[in-house]
Amino acid sequence: MMLHLTDVSKSFGATTVLTDVSVAVERGTRLAIVGASGSGKSTLLRIIAGFEGPSTGTVSLDGRLLANPVSTVSAHRRGIGYVAQDGALFPHLTVRSNIAFGLRRSPGRDARVREVMDLTSLDLELLDRYPHQLSGGQQQRVALARALAPAPTVILLDEPFSALDTGLRAHTRAAMVTALERSGVTTILVTHDQEEALSFGQQLAVISDGRLVQAGPPSEVFDAPISAAVAEFLGAALFLPAHTSGPARAVCALGELHIRHDHSHGTASVRAMLRPAQLHVREADGDGDARVVAARQNGSAVELELRLGDGFTLTHRVPLYDAHLFPVGSAVAIRVDGGVVLYPAAATSETLGTAFAR
Amino acid sequence: MLAALFAAAALIPVGYVIQAAFAMGWEQFAELVFRPRVGELLTNTVLLVVLGVPCAVVLGVGGAWLVERTSLPARRVFAVLLVVPLTIPAFVASYGWASAIPSIHGLGGGLLVATLAYYPLVYLPALAALRGLDPALEESARSLGMNGWRVFSRVVLPQLRLAILGGGLVVALHLLAEYGAFAFLRFETFTTAIVVAYQATFAGPNAAALGVVLATLCFVVLVIEATARGRLRYARVGSGTPQPASRVELGRVTPLVIAALVVLIGAAVVVPLANVARWLFATDASDWQPLLNATWQTIALSVGGAVAALIVALPIAWIAARYPGRTARALEGAYYVASSLPAIIVALALVTFTLRVLPAMYQTVFTVMAAYVIIFLPRALVSIRAGIAQVPENLEEVARSLGVSPFRAKLRVTVPLLLPSLAAGAALVALGAANELTATLLLAPTGTRTVATGFWAAASAIDYAAAAPYAITLVLLSIPAVVLMFAQVKARRSR
Repeated sequence: MMLHLTDVSKSFGATTVLTDVSVAVERGTRLAIVGASGSGKSTLLRIIAGFEGPSTGTVSLDGRLLANPVSTVSAHRRGIGYVAQDGALFPHLTVRSNIAFGLRRSPGRDARVREVMDLTSLDLELLDRYPHQLSGGQQQRVALARALAPAPTVILLDEPFSALDTGLRAHTRAAMVTALERSGVTTILVTHDQEEALSFGQQLAVISDGRLVQAGPPSEVFDAPISAAVAEFLGAALFLPAHTSGPARAVCALGELHIRHDHSHGTASVRAMLRPAQLHVREADGDGDARVVAARQNGSAVELELRLGDGFTLTHRVPLYDAHLFPVGSAVAIRVDGGVVLYPAAATSETLGTAFAR
Repeated sequence: MLAALFAAAALIPVGYVIQAAFAMGWEQFAELVFRPRVGELLTNTVLLVVLGVPCAVVLGVGGAWLVERTSLPARRVFAVLLVVPLTIPAFVASYGWASAIPSIHGLGGGLLVATLAYYPLVYLPALAALRGLDPALEESARSLGMNGWRVFSRVVLPQLRLAILGGGLVVALHLLAEYGAFAFLRFETFTTAIVVAYQATFAGPNAAALGVVLATLCFVVLVIEATARGRLRYARVGSGTPQPASRVELGRVTPLVIAALVVLIGAAVVVPLANVARWLFATDASDWQPLLNATWQTIALSVGGAVAALIVALPIAWIAARYPGRTARALEGAYYVASSLPAIIVALALVTFTLRVLPAMYQTVFTVMAAYVIIFLPRALVSIRAGIAQVPENLEEVARSLGVSPFRAKLRVTVPLLLPSLAAGAALVALGAANELTATLLLAPTGTRTVATGFWAAASAIDYAAAAPYAITLVLLSIPAVVLMFAQVKARRSR
């Protein structure tokens, strides 16, 4: 264990932004913190960086106390790098001077600049350019190179891709993850983009309304979201009314299915959560499980609206080349792979859901 | 803390006016104020403002509209030419006119010279507002069937209200504060009367009583402007679009419009400058000799004033930009009120204050610089504040995360980014100070001769030839400031 946050809370005046957040990040791993805007994730990052102090709780790095409510180690004495949302490159300095900003004057300085530029796949031709002469993606990579240059123990990334357009985004993200992997630095990313969070690192933490609601390896969190709201936030999800029918089995409109995880906490009425990718639709011989009531073109796919036997409708995408198999009015058979996750049917979790939707 | 101290210092003139009004007692005040002579001054001053401001607004807005929104030929040239009068201090312009037509005097002469000298103070903000105005508004109006004139009066003019009120306010305050130009034309206003009273009875009750009335007039002007603006404060002019505005075709009136502009520029620029040039030819070596020394003294005083203004403005601007709130606004407001008082009042206040509280400072360069700071502080504040607002706060945070201490982060990131606006602010203050006449006349240590006071000494002794070298130096000194102001207006388009 190296970076430790213990029961960190933060309030600005009467507004509570963070409540009892505890996180541990191991050396050399990458943690993605995901949450809707206003969930407090940026504040968390600013507390780790040292731009803000916690109202309660402590932050420590390798056993060294960085912050508690009474005293904080200044940002510049922490050895924690920070990449801002817009890159925050110094507009009056060239790429070279930007990257060298945190380096001491020494003979090895220029070599280090070139080294981190290579690490972040930046062309050395950019050395003497000014920030306004760079593309958005290049700016972010320079910002990362600048943060990596003094060899910090931890790097914090505050939504570093959100200002980029879609195409550039995936490309810049890949380049930055590669650079971080090669440098082996401990990294914390905050983002509101679940896909980005799921693909970023070894650990994922979901934050909502200032509380850490779930943390773990991304695959585990995605596989067994602790609540319906988390499930919905992490990706498209389908909820069907269900009831348990035996050990680890539940019955819903799609038949009797295996229960992968049970988060219903023993409530009487439950619902089953499925991911769209678990559904396999084919033409039915007889009545089938559902009927196609509408079809909408959507690029390379067609979205079918399927009405189940109990009147429940769901949307399912099939490739364009398969669309002719499912004309409107036809019956389809649905196979479900991988079982379901059960949640209480009650509306209690809806409040969290609206929090996420914000 | 420091900011509060400076704020207090800048409020000395306000305090002086209030103190003077109360210390005198009503009877003495009434005796000094309710006289036919004061009535005459009041009539003159009020007429000057009431007639001068509308004239300046018409010229300023009309000029801005012509170059920005019509098919006027050579409009880029006219756009520049229309600002040129700003490079000629009003007292130099009146010297030009008086030496060309010696019979010119009184209200008519004062109005003519002052309007021509000050209309660019409306022209510049009007130009800025027109450039920031979304042309789509005018296009929509035209598509609704309005002709050029109705588009102007019903769409453009209302949008220009802020610029007109702001520019009109500045013109009014200048008219109230102007000394040299009117003294030359034997036109008496409160300001000229106060200088006369000061020369006769020093900072006595007579000067103080007139000062209180003048300060009240300023306050009335401020209140009128604030009331007229009212809620308009929140009505922001749109951010503008890159596409150029469509222009009104002048058609057959084009020659008429050009002729009018030529007459205007001729009267405002050519007449004063031609007469300066005429007298330059009449100079001999002895007329040029004192100029060098005066120029050095002017540079020393105005650079000192500019540096002092920066030191005062920086913390205020920092607080206003980074911690906006009631305190910041009150602080800024205090400065604007203090600096809208005429230079003569500032000078009287500093004379009284130094004599009573800091006699060691009386008639020293520090007092002169203090006057420059109070009078020209808004110029520095506006520039620096805009500069600070443009430096994102997170740059300093990033610098700190790279292991750089907060102080060094400011030094290495914020200061370099702020330099251009600091330089612009300082230049505007220095150039304003270099042309300042009234306060310098009253406050400068004996033996000090700036370009402005040197000009004044020669010109008021009717030694027009000896005044000419100073006059041309004053014009040259003004050019950089006007170029800076014009550039700030033109920058509007790229936003």
